[in-house]
Amino acid sequence: MERSPISRRTFLSLTAAAGAGAALAACGSSGPGTSSGTKAGSASYWFLTGQPGEGIRQAAAERFNKANPDTQIQFTAFENDAYKQKIKTAIGAGQAPTLIWGWGGGGLKSYVDAGQVEDLTPWFEQNAAIKDKLFPSSFGPATVNGKIYAMPCETVAPIILFYNKKVFNDVGVQPPKTWDDVMALVPKFNEKKIAPFSLAGKSRWTNMMWLEFMLDRIGGSQVFQNVFDGKKDAWSDPAVTEMLTKLLDLVKANGFNKGFSSVDAGANADQALLYTGKAAMMLHGAWTYGSMKNDGGDFVSKGNLGWIPFPTFAGGKGDPSDTVGNPGQYLSISSKATAEQKDIAKKYFTSGVLDEAETKAWINDGGSVPVVKGTEATLAASPDAEFLKFVYDTSVNAKVFAQSWDQALSPTAAEALLDNIAKLFQQQVTPAQWVANMNGVIGK
Amino acid sequence: MTALAPPPVAVPSSKTGGRSRSVSWMVWPALLMFTAFGVVPLLGVLILSFTQWDGIGAINPAGLDNWQSVLTGPGLLHSIWVTFLVMALSWAFQTPMSLLLGVFLAARKRYRGFLAVLYFIPLLLSSAAIAITFSALLNPNFGLGTGLGFEWLNQDWLGQGNLALGVLVFVVSWQFIPFHSLIYQGAVRQIPTAMYEAAEIDGAGRVRKFFSITLPQLKYTIITSSTLMVVGSLTFFDLIFVLTAGGPGDATNVLALEMYKTGFMANLMGPASVIAVILVLFGLGLALLLRKLGGGGASDSQLEGA
Repeated sequence: MERSPISRRTFLSLTAAAGAGAALAACGSSGPGTSSGTKAGSASYWFLTGQPGEGIRQAAAERFNKANPDTQIQFTAFENDAYKQKIKTAIGAGQAPTLIWGWGGGGLKSYVDAGQVEDLTPWFEQNAAIKDKLFPSSFGPATVNGKIYAMPCETVAPIILFYNKKVFNDVGVQPPKTWDDVMALVPKFNEKKIAPFSLAGKSRWTNMMWLEFMLDRIGGSQVFQNVFDGKKDAWSDPAVTEMLTKLLDLVKANGFNKGFSSVDAGANADQALLYTGKAAMMLHGAWTYGSMKNDGGDFVSKGNLGWIPFPTFAGGKGDPSDTVGNPGQYLSISSKATAEQKDIAKKYFTSGVLDEAETKAWINDGGSVPVVKGTEATLAASPDAEFLKFVYDTSVNAKVFAQSWDQALSPTAAEALLDNIAKLFQQQVTPAQWVANMNGVIGK
Repeated sequence: MTALAPPPVAVPSSKTGGRSRSVSWMVWPALLMFTAFGVVPLLGVLILSFTQWDGIGAINPAGLDNWQSVLTGPGLLHSIWVTFLVMALSWAFQTPMSLLLGVFLAARKRYRGFLAVLYFIPLLLSSAAIAITFSALLNPNFGLGTGLGFEWLNQDWLGQGNLALGVLVFVVSWQFIPFHSLIYQGAVRQIPTAMYEAAEIDGAGRVRKFFSITLPQLKYTIITSSTLMVVGSLTFFDLIFVLTAGGPGDATNVLALEMYKTGFMANLMGPASVIAVILVLFGLGLALLLRKLGGGGASDSQLEGA
């Protein structure tokens, strides 16, 4: 998934592109086994950089290493976009780390299809206590063909409609409850030279969040489920066309910040628009709360940041409690690892992943909700209790917690999706063409 | 002010220095490197273009399927067109600019030497750094226009198709004009002063000397520099990837970018290899064409007496 709580430095991904190219060129000569630098009796583990997540991940691994001197975890941190390319290339070249960190869904499925990750279903049967401690909804993207291939870890991150309370007060309006409210608010903000919604359109998946929510509210969760299940012409559902048309109306009414298509989410410029009061609202992942708190001065601490559920549509079939986003992050075990390494990885699953200290760290330092049950007391004691309770309730009460489309679909279909969404926002394709293009990659 | 060209350095045309043993072994180091890192991967890509591979699993033969899907898809033609536009526009912008700068810098004046160093700076920066800097400067909300308070600078530079393409060509040119100026500077210094002196005796002015002596004498340099520009812009990737990522929509989606997205984002290594092969063929074709346009071998001597 193309998102992280971190500002993403695109130039680093170039290094990855170059590295991937080199690795591809050299793929004939790659040796079997583990990543270089891994000693016998230790498992390798790659994860993402960027605070606060990086520190929490590192601390968890270090705690495990200290408690288990004989079974070590060798960890390496990579920048988000660079990691996405590197892990694919490494797995393809048979050089994967023992523990494969990922976002589940379509990406995980491609590893499963290539026989590169361990089936963890029997292990979870033997260790039912571990399965029971995690959110049941987090297992969806970890499951391929009815079998579990990854352990959910870290945090749950639904997409949330944020708004700037100060801007709303100044203009003298209320946050929207319905889509009609949204369309009525747009001209009022535009009149005051404030962008109604902040959007970092260059990153493409940012645009996608709008489609995900609107389609669910208009047509219900079954519409995308049909696409996911690979049903022929599933995008031809009338709800899709209605969603695309309404979205284009918002684009044409200047609903988004000027020049949104060149704004990069990696630089957090979209968040900056919201906390500087240049935009009134922003649809974004729960992880942006932490970075707005860090970067936005006293914006969050003074209580100027507001959040609401996504508006409803008149006659919409979707349940208003439905949400979309990341149901969790995922750890898989490479099937190419040695038996010894696999044992260490499983030991880490049992005693390391989301232990008490890590859970606390995600809540208090990370400002997010871990995928562990029974954290209500810790959440309530946190300085961000109000926001965390909203995220927790949204995640737990959601009838459907849909995984982001670009992660749920195969990489091939996801790239076509993002490409067509970017063109839609540029009005380079009509809704009808969009539907035809997307029907063309269903099941691919 | 006749210092357009300095006296030429006399190059004694020494034959083989007396020894006539074969020196063909000299080609081996370069040939080995080129084969290992040029030809072999190229063959690999050619083979991959006839297979179906997601970069992770097994490689399966796919016959001509990839070629068919790429050649009939709408993306390829659009990308070729965008690539051609970038190539043509940046050539048309860079050549006159670097030619003039090169001629200007060729004169041995101290202040021009100082300027030459200044002009050279963009070439020292990495493409990614240039792209990040420009996208920050051109940011429609927090960029240069807002910072300086100039309303006209506040365009949606990278958010509108044609504008984004123009900005791209400008940034590419900004980066590479110094390099081509350097080539022209060197070439201008090779032009014999005798020619200029003769022209002056005949009463030629500065403009006349430029068009009748400098420009014709630079013919092969222009071809060399154009080849570098044209073939270079064919594989231009990093700056575009960071600056626009092919956007808005697909307005700046050049072939190299299309190849990367197909291969490494959509996990379609087969079709990506097809695009790669097409890129190589285009590059070779253009380089050959430019050589032909030059007429004869570019190794012909232009020096005095030739």
